[in-house]
Amino acid sequence: MKQDIKVCPITAKHIKVALVGQPNVGKSMLINSVSNAHLHVGNFSGVTVDKTEVLFDYKDYHFTVVDLPGTYAFTDFTIEERVTHKYLCNEDYDLIINVVDSTNLEKNLQLTSELLTMNKKIVIALNMSDEAVKEGIEIDEKYMSELLGVPCVKVSAAAKTGIEELINTVIETYTKPKIEPKLVFSEAVEEEIDKIVSFLEKHNYDANNSYRNVAINLLQNKEKTYQRISKKAIWTELQSIVVESLAHIELHHDTDDLKEAFAEEYAAFNRGIVAEVVKQTKVESEAKTLTEKIDSILIHPLFGIPIFLFFMWGLFQLTFTLGNLPMNMIDSFFGWLGNVIAPTISNDDIRSLVVDGIIGGVGAVVLFTPNIIILFVGIALLETTGYMSRVAFLLDGFFHKFGLHGQSFIPLVTGFGCSIPAYMAARILKNDRDRLLTLFIIGFMSCGARLPVYVLFAGAFFAPDMAGNVLFVIYISGAMLGLLAAKVLKMTAFKGVEEPFVMEMPKYRIPSFKLIWHTVLTQTIMYLKKAGTFIAGAAMLVWFLSNYPHNVELEKTYSVKIEQAVTQQQKKSLQNKLAQEELAHSYLGKIGKLTEPLFKPLGFDWKMNVALQAGLAAKEVVVSTLGVLYSIGGDVDETSRSLADNIRENIPFASAVAFIVVVMVYLPCLAATTVFAKEAGSWKYAIYLFFFTSVVAYVLAFIAYRVTLLMS
Amino acid sequence: MHTLFDCHKGCVARVKKINAEHGLKQRLISFGVMKGSEISVLEHAPKKKTIEIKVGKMRLALRDIEAQHIEVESL
Repeated sequence: MKQDIKVCPITAKHIKVALVGQPNVGKSMLINSVSNAHLHVGNFSGVTVDKTEVLFDYKDYHFTVVDLPGTYAFTDFTIEERVTHKYLCNEDYDLIINVVDSTNLEKNLQLTSELLTMNKKIVIALNMSDEAVKEGIEIDEKYMSELLGVPCVKVSAAAKTGIEELINTVIETYTKPKIEPKLVFSEAVEEEIDKIVSFLEKHNYDANNSYRNVAINLLQNKEKTYQRISKKAIWTELQSIVVESLAHIELHHDTDDLKEAFAEEYAAFNRGIVAEVVKQTKVESEAKTLTEKIDSILIHPLFGIPIFLFFMWGLFQLTFTLGNLPMNMIDSFFGWLGNVIAPTISNDDIRSLVVDGIIGGVGAVVLFTPNIIILFVGIALLETTGYMSRVAFLLDGFFHKFGLHGQSFIPLVTGFGCSIPAYMAARILKNDRDRLLTLFIIGFMSCGARLPVYVLFAGAFFAPDMAGNVLFVIYISGAMLGLLAAKVLKMTAFKGVEEPFVMEMPKYRIPSFKLIWHTVLTQTIMYLKKAGTFIAGAAMLVWFLSNYPHNVELEKTYSVKIEQAVTQQQKKSLQNKLAQEELAHSYLGKIGKLTEPLFKPLGFDWKMNVALQAGLAAKEVVVSTLGVLYSIGGDVDETSRSLADNIRENIPFASAVAFIVVVMVYLPCLAATTVFAKEAGSWKYAIYLFFFTSVVAYVLAFIAYRVTLLMS
Repeated sequence: MHTLFDCHKGCVARVKKINAEHGLKQRLISFGVMKGSEISVLEHAPKKKTIEIKVGKMRLALRDIEAQHIEVESL
């Protein structure tokens, strides 16, 4: 391929190709082999709900290949199916490449038959032809092209064979006039088609499509065809013919479901095609295939779940041990950057904005990049090997009890690390409702950023040997609350018909390095883009709220005092006092005081309010804000002994319990909420999430407060 | 009525009818589970909550409830 790529003359023609296929047919790999291309941002490997465009030049043509999400049929069941179906029906493109798996032709042709009724030029790429040869499957593609009336080309994306022929065939098909594909139905249906066709011929209907195609579309209740034809005068007469035909077909198939009838028609046609063009030279051996052998271990009723838990444990160990190394480097880099830039800005306000607001805020997000990369690699591996479906198979029984889906497990466990990749991981759930429900629950899994708050409070109120157990209890009860919340949501907001769980268990495959690389790269770039835009903006907002309005009077009196102070100790304490006063007078402080009555029933004073509200931005801020407010300086962490002492002296135990409950339940952080909104598909859901978590947090904290008061 | 749910691991059966609402039926059909297709049961998850079946060359996972909607005859 490489040598053929050259810069096209300006006169070059554009060919826009829609790449369509069922899931797991190697579409993404094919697109990688076809183009040494310059990929526009998008996703791969089943995680995709967006379409990806790939551009490349070949001979005298500009190619645009639109990689559409994998779809089994046009049933609009999953987001993928909807995206693909909508694109194929409404967008402008020249030609469809239908990628099929040569080792499983009959099933793949089911989608092909639906494509054949679309009145578009089609080229069929018989992918995985090398694998088919290994399995002793011989396909006569010349004969197949003849039978279907559509060019079929053997390719292998993995072995990179037939790619050039495929593109040449696409060009040829593009330049030649369209040939009507030969989709043959059963006699009963053909009869009805003939009736409608002859009616259309008689009345000389000006179709934008062949009469046969119009007839088939009418019989399949295709909206667009109806919209067009029902405006014509012939419709009054035609309608009764169509109604009668439909009744005949339904009778013939003994069903009241037209889609079922046509699916059976297609299946019969495809069986015929396969019988004609496929020769199985090796008899399928009685011995188990490799996939079956692996499955007998990995989805074993007894060992399956422990094996899976071991894999997960390994992934998280990697995420947080391997990820820690570059994290420290990134952390010190942003620290260094702040120190270098700070002296170059003379204006106090601007310096504070740049160093504390922007660099600090974005740095905090970039900090998680190594974790996220490792996690993405892990998830991409799970997906591309085919193991993910097995996980869903094993765990669905347990999760279904709470209204969740087997695959919900992955994002939920990821949530213990950080909610941001967890929200992203929820993309593996194909069904909207399952995904939304999972997204709402992820926050209950306490993320890493909440750990400092827990450590601080557990250390303040419990003996060191007990603190670990308290931490464990906090984490477990958070997860259990999450499952209960799922159950409650399922019975209320997500009530309705149970979505079916029917899922393909694909063959195990050795993942392609290139594919994983692309997947992880594009996802990471998208994450970092967000850090640069949304999250930087949010960080600036929080910075602003906690720093303004400036109280000049206050600063003056304190600067005098600080100068007069004798010891370093006094200076420090005065500076802390100033920080505390300033925060109290900032917008954030005002909000804290304003909302004091609201949080009185939970036993919070305004300082705790402020800490919690600042924590909406990021949980890391809770500890540093408490540090400022309890007047021992903002630069503290959870290990500061004096802060823990201060908290024990100033906060009643019951209030502390309520405080922890709120931290466990309410919104993880602003960055995560942004990601949540994007993954859920609308900001509306972020508002729902805010109210849901806030109400739950409030109610539970109130109960916790009262119960603790009673017990002590 | 004999359904797919009643089949044991290793059994082979033919679909007689799918007694499901439209959505589930479409889903099953798009996977090749329709009247006349041959199904073999490969594996059960713990407590038979999910079942792995083979239709043609494809392996599928179903929940117990879904399997109960598929009427079969043993072969």
